[in-house]
Order: sequence, then C-alpha cells, then structure tokens
Amino acid sequence: MRDTLIIGARIIDPASGHDAVGDCLLRGGTIADFGAGLGRPEGAAIVEGADCVLCPGLVDVRASLGEPGFEYRETIGSAALAASAGGITTIAVLPDNAPPTDDPALVRALAGAGEATGRITIAPYGAATRGCRGESIAEYGLLRAAGAIAFSDGARAIGSAGLMRRALSYARGFGAMIVQHPEEPSLAAGGAATSGARATLMGLPGIPVCAEAMMVARDIMLVELTGGAVHFAHVSTGAALALIRAAKSRGLAVSCDTAPPYFDLNETAIGDFRSYAKLSPPLRTEDDRLAVVAALADGTIDAVASDHQPRDADDKRLPFAEAAPGGAGLATLLAITLAQVQSGALGLNTALSLLTDRPARRFGLGAGRIAKGRPADLCLFAPDRSWRIEAGRLPGKAQNTPFDGRAVEGVVVGTWKAGVRVFG
Amino acid sequence: MRLPMRHLLGIETLHPRDISALLDLAESYALLNRSGKTRRDVLRGRTLINLFFEDSTRTRTSFELAGKRLGADVINMSVSTSSVSKGETLLDTAATLNAMNCDLLVVRHKASGAPALLAQKVDAAVINAGDGMHEHPTQALLDALTIRRHKGTLEGLTIAICGDIAHSRVARSNILLLTAMGSRVRVVGPPTLIPSGIEQFGVSVFHDMREGLRDADIVMALRLQTERMSGGMIPSAREFFSFYGLDAAKLAFAKPDALVMHPGPMNRGVEIDSQVADDVTRSVIREQVEMGVAVRMAVLDVLARTALRNA
Repeated sequence: MRDTLIIGARIIDPASGHDAVGDCLLRGGTIADFGAGLGRPEGAAIVEGADCVLCPGLVDVRASLGEPGFEYRETIGSAALAASAGGITTIAVLPDNAPPTDDPALVRALAGAGEATGRITIAPYGAATRGCRGESIAEYGLLRAAGAIAFSDGARAIGSAGLMRRALSYARGFGAMIVQHPEEPSLAAGGAATSGARATLMGLPGIPVCAEAMMVARDIMLVELTGGAVHFAHVSTGAALALIRAAKSRGLAVSCDTAPPYFDLNETAIGDFRSYAKLSPPLRTEDDRLAVVAALADGTIDAVASDHQPRDADDKRLPFAEAAPGGAGLATLLAITLAQVQSGALGLNTALSLLTDRPARRFGLGAGRIAKGRPADLCLFAPDRSWRIEAGRLPGKAQNTPFDGRAVEGVVVGTWKAGVRVFG
Repeated sequence: MRLPMRHLLGIETLHPRDISALLDLAESYALLNRSGKTRRDVLRGRTLINLFFEDSTRTRTSFELAGKRLGADVINMSVSTSSVSKGETLLDTAATLNAMNCDLLVVRHKASGAPALLAQKVDAAVINAGDGMHEHPTQALLDALTIRRHKGTLEGLTIAICGDIAHSRVARSNILLLTAMGSRVRVVGPPTLIPSGIEQFGVSVFHDMREGLRDADIVMALRLQTERMSGGMIPSAREFFSFYGLDAAKLAFAKPDALVMHPGPMNRGVEIDSQVADDVTRSVIREQVEMGVAVRMAVLDVLARTALRNA
C-alpha cells in the first residue's frame, strides 16, 4: 500500500487535546506519524489539507442499516457509502433487523459485512432480549464473545422493569451495558408527536414528555439496585437529562447520547404534517432543544449518534400518524453537529470529541483517536465550506432526512479507512 | 368572493374576513334552498368526487346534495379498508383521481393530515371533510352559520363545547373559527378527554358542567368517540352521562335562550338526553344539517371560482 501524506491540515485529536496545523503520514494502514515538519517520503501520495480539519474518523454509536431484512431501505453497502461521505468510519449497528441480532453467528456476520465493504467497521449490538421481543434476556456471554459491543432492543424500549433488572444484572457479569430506548411504552403507545398545543392543533396522538424521563428514572434506580450499566439512546428532553446529570454526579454507570434532530430542530419542524420530521422519540419543544444543547456543552451527553433510520418513500409518503418514524442521518451527522460550533454553543474540540473518542471509549471501541500506531481511520473536512442538504441527493439509499433544504457549513473532503482513501 | 388558497384543509388557514364572506354566501344559498330554486350553472361541467375512507352518510350526502344543486357531476367513492389492505396507498388513489380529471375532491380519512397529503398530489381543489382528530372545517362553518342566524353575530357570545374534546375534529375547527370571530369559547369535559395544551388556543377549560355551562349562549355537545379511545378514558357511559351528558338539569345553568347543538350522529343517553335533543325551542340540531348543505354549496362555489382564476 502506498504511503499517504496529508499536509497542512489543522489536526485535532480530542482525546489527547492535540490541536495544531501539521502533516499526517499514513503507512501500512496505520498512522505512522503526525505533527509539524514531517518530511516528504518518496512515493507518498500527497493530499493538500490547507483550510481543512483532520480529525479521527467519526464513531457513530447507533444506526440501523436495513440489512438484513430491510434491504429496500438500505444495505450495508449503501450505508457504507453514505457513512464514508459523512466522515464516519465506525458504526454501531442496532440489532432489530430481520432476523434480530440475537445469535452469535449473526454478530460475526454483521462485523464481517462491514469489513467486506472496506469502508467501515461495523460494531454490532447484540439483542437485549431474544428476538427483541422483550420477553427473556438474550445470550449475553456468547454474543459478547462473538463481538457484540452492548445490548439493546433497538427502537423498542425494554418495558418490563423486572426484565430490565435481570438484563442489567446479567450483563454486568460480562462487563457489558444495556442501551435503552427511553420511552415508557404504555405512555408512548400510538403517539406521533410530543403532547402539547402543536399535537393538539394537528390532531395527532401525543406522547407526553415525561414518558422519557420516567423510563430514565426507573432505569437509574435499577442501575443502583443491580450495579449494572445503562446507556440511554437519543435523549431529547431536559427532564431526562437532569436525571442523567444527577446520576452521573453520584458515580453511577450511566451515560447517554443524542442525535442531531434533537439539538437542531424542534417540534415546529413537523410543519404541515411533514413526515420526514416524524422521528422516535418525536421532536420536542424549543425549551427541550435548548436543554439538549446545554447538556452537550456541559458533558452530560457522552456522544452524538446519527440515529440513522432509513425509510423508503412507501414508509414515509403516508398521512403523518401512519408514516414510519425515523430519519436518515449518516451523511449529515458532522455538518449538523458543526452548526452548534458555528452558533457558539460548542467548541470545535468538544463537538469532535462527542463524535469520536468519547463514544469510542464508552463503547470500548478501538477507534476515535489520532495517535501513532493507531489504525488510520481519518476524516478531513473543510469547516467553512457551505452546502445545502437535499433529500434526493444524499449518498446511500436513504433520503428521508428531516433536514431537507437546510443550509450547513462543513464539507467532508476525504475519509480514510485503515489508510485507504474511501471518500473524496 | 375568492379564497387565497386552492384547497380548504382547515379553519386554521382562513382569515376572519374569509369566514365572514363564506358565511354570507352560505346564507344566500340557505335562502335559495328554502325557496326551492337551484343554481345549476355554477358547477356545470365540473366533476366533484366524494372520496370517503371512513363511513359517513350524513356528510357525504350533504356534499353530494350541495354539488348536485350547483350542477356538478357528483361521484361517490367509498374506499373500503380492504383496498388499502390490498396495498393501494393514498398516493395511488391520488394518481387515479388525477387521471379522472376531477375538479373538486372531498376527502374524509381517519388519519390527521391525509387531505393535506392528497392536496400536494392532486390537481383538484381538496376539501377536508374530516381528517382524524385534526379538522372538519365545513362542520365549523355550518355551526357558525346556524349560530349567526339565531344570535345575529358570533362576537361576544359564550359558547360551551362539551364532552370528548380530545378526539374531536369538530371541536378543533370550531375552537379555531369561533375564537377568531370573537366568541368566548369554553371546553367542558373530564380531564382525560381534554387534550394537552388546549388553553393555548384561547379557550377556558372546565371539568364541571354546571360551571362550564353557566350563562352560556350556546351549548354544543359532542359525540363520545369510543372508537378512537384506547384503554378506557372514561369508566362507563352511564358515569359519563351522569356528569357530562347534556340534560335539562345541566342545561338550566346556561342562559334561558341558549341554543343546543350537536354535530351528529347523537348517542342519546350518553352525551345528550333525548328531551334536550328534541326540544324544538332550544335544539337547532336539524337546522345544522340544513345549513350544512348551504355551507358546502358556498365552499364548492368559492373553490371552483378560485380554481378558475388560477387556471
């Protein structure tokens, strides 16, 4: 493999705090060296990095890729293209496929499928319960040994407190955490929007905001009871974040992530029944959006995930209440997160940390760092270059973006996976 | 008159002056209907399709009659759930309708926003004849016309809307229309049937019928929509009737000349007592039905003119 030298980029490694203009040498799939004044190895491919930021390849801790079972929405191959275009090199893939990832062979198959694309590492979740049916816990030991990074039922909450107690307790024996979709199911049943004046005006069945906080409160108590570890997915409300903040301050093994719609959009984005903005959890009020932004800045939130949920036109071009929830997120993850940097709400290092080393550490992934000898998974982006997000022009199959029409700044110009340039 | 929009999807998009103008035109059609004359030139050569995904004899017939009295070719399409389960989507239906070159499309659907979705895809002017829990604009207009005929105005009246507010598209459209026209609107019902954030529409909320009806000019009872309720929002029909059913004792708290209204069909002995419903000195329920035809004639007329202007 030919060496690659990226020159003159602002190299940011949030894990070490390195932030300086310099060069980065990629050799044999790893980072051979980086910093100022590197020589020009003979025969190396030179990549101009002026006015760009070079950061670790993004680590996305939650996405559905559609495969197996829903290939008409997205395949691992098409998702890998979208991820590369978005600067993502590692994706944690949810288990609620068809079949669900509740068998060690499926875990190995998913991980292998990522490798086969040559573009991404797939870090598979194992199912928290057999078949993601919420009835009995899955084989955490065998699944973990096969490579499952954590256990979750994906878009389904683990509704039974007794089952969650057993899940947390049993997973602890294998050093694994349970990733919860925090939504009290009986309060959320049939809901299409956040309860309140907007849902009422539009005649949409509402989900009360407390459905999220209630599940978070319950699971924090169960963490205290069991000594287990929980990670809350796509947290979207101030009430839930306050509970998580307090639990962390007590030293409990509690963490969380959010996704770009919850800090960039509020419930008004559903407009006149705009089904691309129908998400799970639903978009919240402006107060909740601001609470999410504050929690990104103060460290309560550990990661920003794409929450990629590919849907095809048949799933979305339905009356709002009947449309499937979910938004495409791989290609827009970086740009929407950078909007918080441009608004001054987040520092660039903090924002990149939420997309790289913090999620990698929390999920025990060997990714998300720029360091000598590490795999050369890298993202080079032009932070000041603008573009417009358009459904219909996103890379990959999924076009169901809630950000359709949104002007953003921050263009990925190059993505490297194990030293190979896979985008740009 | 002309409307600024091509479709009538809800009251929310109407300006008070549009509402007044529609009511004035409807009033003239009400008089014409009573005189036994017709205006078949208004929609001559135009095709009106009644596309009903939910059963509704009353509203469908009212639109059918309105269309025919104005000279339109009226076609009724009842789309049964079976054709939907066979895989036909709403947008497939839209494509079919476009191929039929219809001018006016009246849509009823169980899902909020379905007419809005169709309006994006069909060439015809779309009239929302009730979508889920969202809106039922022609019902609100006919209610307003009925009230105005008796009270002379909508402004300053106290109007109590009672019962199942949460699941009622009629309540939403009426709240939007009546508050826009200067009425004081109250909603009265058990907390489980009052939707979240309703106060933000400028209404007062009551959970006690006596308080809610006190000195009201208009008392509007709504149908208890048990088919839309999951998990029992009230313990029983008899308990509901005891506390929220409109009977003579509760009505006595309203003004002596208060009108009784109901969008129909009525569950007698559940949300309204027969004695009240059939009291010709108070109840204007039949007149609501009559005004329904006049209002729908006005709406069809105006939307056809709007379409002509845009053509």
